[in-house]
Amino acid sequence: MKEITRGAVVKDAGNSVVNKTGSWRTFKPIINYEKCIRCMICWIYCPEPSIYKEDGKDYDAPKEPIKKLPVPVIDYDYCKGCGICVNECPVKAIDFVKEVK
Amino acid sequence: MKDEWLFAPGHGMCAGCVVPALVKHILAIAGKNTFVVNSTGCLEVATTEYPRTSWKVPWVHVAFENSAAVASGIEAAMKKFGEEGNIICFAGDGGTADIGMQALSGMVERGHDVLYVMYDNEAYMNTGIQRSGATPYGAWTTTSEVGKANPIGNLRPKKPVADIIAAHKAAYVATVNLAFFQDFKKKVEKAMKVKGPRFLHAIVTCPTGWRADPSKGIEIMRLATETGIFPLWENENGGKKRITYRPKKFKPVKEYFKLQSRFRHLSDDIIEKIQEDVDRWWKEHSE
Repeated sequence: MKEITRGAVVKDAGNSVVNKTGSWRTFKPIINYEKCIRCMICWIYCPEPSIYKEDGKDYDAPKEPIKKLPVPVIDYDYCKGCGICVNECPVKAIDFVKEVK
Repeated sequence: MKDEWLFAPGHGMCAGCVVPALVKHILAIAGKNTFVVNSTGCLEVATTEYPRTSWKVPWVHVAFENSAAVASGIEAAMKKFGEEGNIICFAGDGGTADIGMQALSGMVERGHDVLYVMYDNEAYMNTGIQRSGATPYGAWTTTSEVGKANPIGNLRPKKPVADIIAAHKAAYVATVNLAFFQDFKKKVEKAMKVKGPRFLHAIVTCPTGWRADPSKGIEIMRLATETGIFPLWENENGGKKRITYRPKKFKPVKEYFKLQSRFRHLSDDIIEKIQEDVDRWWKEHSE
């Protein structure tokens, strides 16, 4: 940045997305969609937030009707690998594996 | 949809810190027409590394002690100019229980229409885990070191900030715990509807300062309430406290302590004493 804005005002709201905090990760959560029941508890508790909702129709599911529900997807650009989603998942559908870079 | 929250990723809060989850839900319930006043603290420092910000609502940083005073001013100015919007203060336990207490007391006493949220991680985590007025009895911090001369750690009980604000006859006061999400949501929704000074005391795990596994943040918070250490209640206009969650069977406080190394030095005698204090609180608040 060349100039400091007056009053150090940041006009571009939410521009922290340029920081790809996914590089912090040492462990990586991976959602196993064949087990995931779409309860969205991981989406509720992800502190970053780096879990977002997507249309579930193209994802595997434990039962066909579940495909109608939105699915949680991890954005690895920002996931710091804290593991809260892994710990809170009620059906143990999220694996936690060592990050390889 | 990647940008559904009013709080963006890419900030510098520690992995496993629960505060951003608290903020994203409160902003989601409050909506876009919200002004945030943020006291100095982890949340302010780590989410607004100039020239970047994680906030998608108007936001202002103020010193440790005066977020309630600045919010009062914003509210008065909006009234004068006939504008409408929510005003929310976010401050830590240091900025609330200790340094900002006077400004907060004044804001509530004058009756400003502001929601004040204290995110309580029970010490000055941003500056290096120094004890605050909200640090519980028996906790290790870098200014309540544990050794031969003092085997207990912090020797003073936790300051009951929510009770102090309730004693001001604030419009709405509640303790909230994200691990009890339905209770949390109901209380935040209510806090957004009520007019007048409102106060929420939110417990949040700090894996760094509590010396805990970052993945256990929500689990630890759940145990704080299931052991009875962090009771969930609400209160309107200084009336009777209404307990919103009463565990059917209380877990021993030891279960809460064992996930956090800040308590690992505690002897069985001290744990027993803390258990007695918790039991007494619940006896006094039995129906």
